[in-house]
Amino acid sequence: MENTNLALGMLFQLFQSLLVVLLAPLLMGWVSQCRAWLQNRSGPGLLQPYRMLRKLFLKDAVIAFNASPLFRVTPYILFGCMWLAAAIIPIIAVDLPFSPAADVIALVGVFALARVFIALAAMDIGTAFGSLGARREMLVSFLAEPALLMVLFTASLISHSTQLPSIVGALAHREFVLYPSLAFAALAFVIVLLAENARIPVDNPNTHLELTMIHEAMILEYSARHLALIEWAVSLKLFAYISLGIALFIPHGIADVGKWDALPLSIAALLAKLVMAGAGLALLETLLAKVRIFRAPEFLGTAFLLAVLGLLIHILLGA
Amino acid sequence: MPITHPNLHLNRLDGAIPAWLGEISPDDLLPICQNVSDGGGRLLALWGSDVRDQGNGFALHVSLVNEAGLICLSMALDTAQPVYPDISRIFPAVARMQRAAYDLLGIYAQESQDHRKWIRHGAWHGFPLRKDFVNHQTHPHPNLPPMPSHQSSPASGRGGEREMQSSIPEGEGTMARSPAENVDQPLDAYPFVRVEGQGVHEIPVGPIHAGIIEPGHFRFSVVGERVLRLEERLGYTHKGIEKRFESLTLQQGARLAGRVSGDSTVAYAWAYAMAAESIAAVTPPERALWLRALLLERERIANHLGDLGDLGNDVALSFGFAQFWILKEQVLRNNAALFGHRYLMDKIVPGGVAVDLTAFGKSTLRDECTMLEREVRVLRGIYEEHAGVQDRFIATGRVEPKLAAQLGLCGLAGRASAQAWDARVQFACAPYDRLDVRMATYRNGDVAARAIVRFDELFESLRLQREIMDRLVHGDAATEMLEKLPGNGFGVGMVEGWRGEVLVAIHTDATGRFARVHPHDPSWQNWPVLEHAIMGNIVPDFPLINKSFNLSYSGQDL
Repeated sequence: MENTNLALGMLFQLFQSLLVVLLAPLLMGWVSQCRAWLQNRSGPGLLQPYRMLRKLFLKDAVIAFNASPLFRVTPYILFGCMWLAAAIIPIIAVDLPFSPAADVIALVGVFALARVFIALAAMDIGTAFGSLGARREMLVSFLAEPALLMVLFTASLISHSTQLPSIVGALAHREFVLYPSLAFAALAFVIVLLAENARIPVDNPNTHLELTMIHEAMILEYSARHLALIEWAVSLKLFAYISLGIALFIPHGIADVGKWDALPLSIAALLAKLVMAGAGLALLETLLAKVRIFRAPEFLGTAFLLAVLGLLIHILLGA
Repeated sequence: MPITHPNLHLNRLDGAIPAWLGEISPDDLLPICQNVSDGGGRLLALWGSDVRDQGNGFALHVSLVNEAGLICLSMALDTAQPVYPDISRIFPAVARMQRAAYDLLGIYAQESQDHRKWIRHGAWHGFPLRKDFVNHQTHPHPNLPPMPSHQSSPASGRGGEREMQSSIPEGEGTMARSPAENVDQPLDAYPFVRVEGQGVHEIPVGPIHAGIIEPGHFRFSVVGERVLRLEERLGYTHKGIEKRFESLTLQQGARLAGRVSGDSTVAYAWAYAMAAESIAAVTPPERALWLRALLLERERIANHLGDLGDLGNDVALSFGFAQFWILKEQVLRNNAALFGHRYLMDKIVPGGVAVDLTAFGKSTLRDECTMLEREVRVLRGIYEEHAGVQDRFIATGRVEPKLAAQLGLCGLAGRASAQAWDARVQFACAPYDRLDVRMATYRNGDVAARAIVRFDELFESLRLQREIMDRLVHGDAATEMLEKLPGNGFGVGMVEGWRGEVLVAIHTDATGRFARVHPHDPSWQNWPVLEHAIMGNIVPDFPLINKSFNLSYSGQDL
């Protein structure tokens, strides 16, 4: 029985891992498509990110003469980190075999690891833009990370665990009640999501203005397969973040491991939530303008404040 | 008389705008410039010409402007030592024009502090605008730097570079006392001004950019994100336009003038036509003038719409970008449908216009006006009430009126910094003298002010477009085209393009062909001001500030 469970679990794990890798670019395409619609444009279509990846994989890579091995391996590390993160988060089922590998704090650590490598790689080439981007990325992330941790702690306090499966299990199997603390945490999480995924109002993923870039400035020197991996990792990161948000705040409908019959509903629920989250993200990005870089700390400070408020509400009011 | 000076005798030039021409000696240049500057006047353009074939050595031409009109001064310079007094202390904007005049013609400002190359990026040897210039590009030996002789075949200069191949370069010597020992410096050894200090570092940007824009190099000296100093290096789009003009006919020249800076093609074509008509002392039929004004206002409308969209895009409000560009596209499509070209190239020709407006065209444009007024009003409301946009626009890239006056900021950017100059108002040529243009001026001088000026001018242009259509007189749109110009003439045209005043000056030789054509873009004046506008701002705000000026590279690199 144990063995069957494990085998089933591994199957679920494999399925989820493949699903996220294949679906992540589609989510990007969906967000872009929604943005295009909101701006009265027809848009390039949902499959554009896949076409982009294919194009990039077919190209020859151009690498600066003074690039160290770090520059070459970073795309793979980045892709690996994001894939791992997406594998840990309960997306289609709770209690996946990989989940105990890392709790929420380690998850934040996995994101941080990826960030350290991309920032180092950006400085490795020695161009002005790489360092500029790395510097700004660090400014944004060192403010976003604590806010994210606070959000996760709020959820942990409710479920008395930092293990994601326990948190999601606890939240998913309760009666549907509104937690004021979670509402604050959810707001904070949205802000962190925007900042960490280089979206408007902190960064602009579509800009061609090199002086304003944060994330794009760090990857200006990458091309071909390296760039493809980074772009793919970026879409995985967005997918992971949105899935994390879903798991924490609207986990309803998620399947338990081994329950085949719950799987179709779980996937349908996931897709519906992703479609809505993507559309919501596009709407936010259409309504907002990019803030001046020195307003980003205020913006992320708000996130931290909201997360702390959520935490306090839980501790003081028990709600 | 626009100004009085004991050694200055001015002759009124024929033509649509009030302009005077005077011959002075180089020694009188400084006092006259000071006189104009004290009276609130500005310097518009500076260029040189090679008149050795007339036995006069070189000549320097300076265009000044005050409330009375345009004052064109010409002075003969010595062949052996073509120097003139440096006037950049009175008009700082002239410094780069002086450097360009050296690169192209080898005449230079005495006592000038800055002798670095401006247009010449090591791409040629010698001075292209000299009539005896030999194009060393075709020489097999890259290390051949012979200066062209000053005495060789004066009459054959017109044919361009190729037929000059046979002339044998003599030894150099006349330029031995030139200020620039760096004639043969390697291509990239441009000495930027360095800022020293704890934590100061440089960010080089361009000439190749991440987006598809014109090439220019920007060297930022920054501490953290704060910009201490910006230095521009332009000249990457130098195409030899002025040299090319000299081998063209009047009609061919009209096409080239319309391509000096593509976004201002109507302004350039009109200024060129105005200069030619001034020499020939002809006045185009009235209907043609009204149509010219219509085209000029349409160019302004299209560019302002595009810029307002781009300003939205630069603060990542892509909604605004998409909306304004839909409107701009509509204007361009109407241009194509009614006039045969989206950007209205080659529609203004010397002597008249090459298009006419039908009753159907009028009704299309009236509908377009109504639609644009409605849409832009809504979009203006959104821009002005969007907290994020206003936060980025207000107080960003500020140019105080005092600084603007000192540096000679002109055109749209100047009006946003309280520099109330608009050629359509002060020097209203027909039909503007009957249109009563309302000038838009603001004092704040920040990105927000430059956006508001664009909005105001957009509505004013829409109003003008309606009024032009209401009052468009019947008659011919063009009389007989101007075929040839009289000999030894000088004419100047000035038109308020969307960016600022565009000036074209034409000198003809004894046979009536072009001896020298100088197109002048308002960007010459405004590029140096951009360096001041960014000071103290942060690096990521530069693209926004730059876009709010939206200066031409092509128009000033020539």
